[in-house]
Amino acid sequence: MITISVKVEFSGGLELLFSNQRSHTVTIPSTDPATSKPTNLQNLIFHLRDNLLKERVGLFVENDTVRPGILVLVNDTDWELEGEGDYVLKDGDEIVFISTLHGG
Amino acid sequence: MAPRTCALCENAKAMLKRPKTGQQICRECFFYVFETEVHNTITQSKLFQPGDRVAIGASGGKDSTVLARVMKTLNERYDYGLELFLLSIDEGITGYRDDSLETVKRNQQQYDMPLKILSYDELYGWTMDAIVSQVGRKNNCTFCGVFRRQALDRGAAMLHVDHIVTGHNADDIAETVLMNIKLVMRGDIARLGRCTAICTQGEDTIRRSKPFKYAYEKEIVMYAYFKKLDYFSTECIYSPDAYRGHARVFLKELEAARPSAIIDIIHSGEAFEVREEVKAMQRVQQTCKRCGYMSSNDLCKACTLLEGLERGMANAGITDRGRKQLDLQGPAPDNLRTIPFFKIPSGNPIIAIETAS
Repeated sequence: MITISVKVEFSGGLELLFSNQRSHTVTIPSTDPATSKPTNLQNLIFHLRDNLLKERVGLFVENDTVRPGILVLVNDTDWELEGEGDYVLKDGDEIVFISTLHGG
Repeated sequence: MAPRTCALCENAKAMLKRPKTGQQICRECFFYVFETEVHNTITQSKLFQPGDRVAIGASGGKDSTVLARVMKTLNERYDYGLELFLLSIDEGITGYRDDSLETVKRNQQQYDMPLKILSYDELYGWTMDAIVSQVGRKNNCTFCGVFRRQALDRGAAMLHVDHIVTGHNADDIAETVLMNIKLVMRGDIARLGRCTAICTQGEDTIRRSKPFKYAYEKEIVMYAYFKKLDYFSTECIYSPDAYRGHARVFLKELEAARPSAIIDIIHSGEAFEVREEVKAMQRVQQTCKRCGYMSSNDLCKACTLLEGLERGMANAGITDRGRKQLDLQGPAPDNLRTIPFFKIPSGNPIIAIETAS
């Protein structure tokens, strides 16, 4: 199975749901076994939910995407400019999730 | 998707989609428009006069950290002539506020601004840790909210500032509008007008403003991220679910469906006009007989809460029934701990502030 490796970072309080660890290196298959399509950002979000998330799933994923109020950056660019969940991951990508919901 | 170029400079790669306008812009243009919009808010509302002493209410969180940075930038860029201070309230919450105050202390160094920290312990003789150990976790947020509001005014008075600015952003204000609609149905219409006002000032209080009134939370967080600002983001240990309020969740869902919803809600809050005869029916503000702070009763809320704590009847400041029970116990004893008398300052400050070393 061919895999790709991406760097994932959580901040803004979101790291608390992921063993209080901000930076993770995640290896996932380069194609989604269910659809045989190249792995996209939505696949990564599900992978994180199923493998790395330690508590309170509802605070990360809602309606098959990240919960409203969580910002996602793909190589420092707003994911809204990159097709959001449809963005096809490349080896070495850096994906950042920032919660805007914690304290001001 | 092919990379898009910035809609403003038409040169660099777009990095961010603005929620307010849908515009796709690059990092440098984003810094410029974000700062300029805050500048426009400040100048259009005539928030400051040259020579004003302004305290930035600083919690170490994202909003106040970005506010401190932007206020410093604009003060220098546009020559506002302001003297800026950081003012932090230490609620006395071990493992939460002590950590976030470390962030504020770093901000003090980074931004080279004097910092004043005022603690609940110093002002009221009670830390939040001590309050929670007496009252439990049910009503502790009431104590914290009432005590913080008054502590900010008192800290500002100690600094002899003319003005307090806070990091409340457009999302916060829209959320408050939503929550206050409920109060309007109950008859408390004055709050709706107050909550969308960019600047509030009573006769006996220090001016308070919200320069981020029209700034979206998303942009504040992106600004902090792109500028690599140092901020603290942990939930309060006594209220881990506070940020999950229904109004907030609802607002974020609205924003996801239509990003302009936040600004639209603020505008509709602003459009409410309270008729003069309704205003006249509202309770007159007076000053607290015990501590001199503004109040709508003989005793202000903080004094009532403090008396309840001191006399071991913490409910006194929470429910009418609690208050009645306290009154039945007779008048407050003479040796009751009270809050120092509040006076709007004039002249120069005589307190020590922590200067950047």
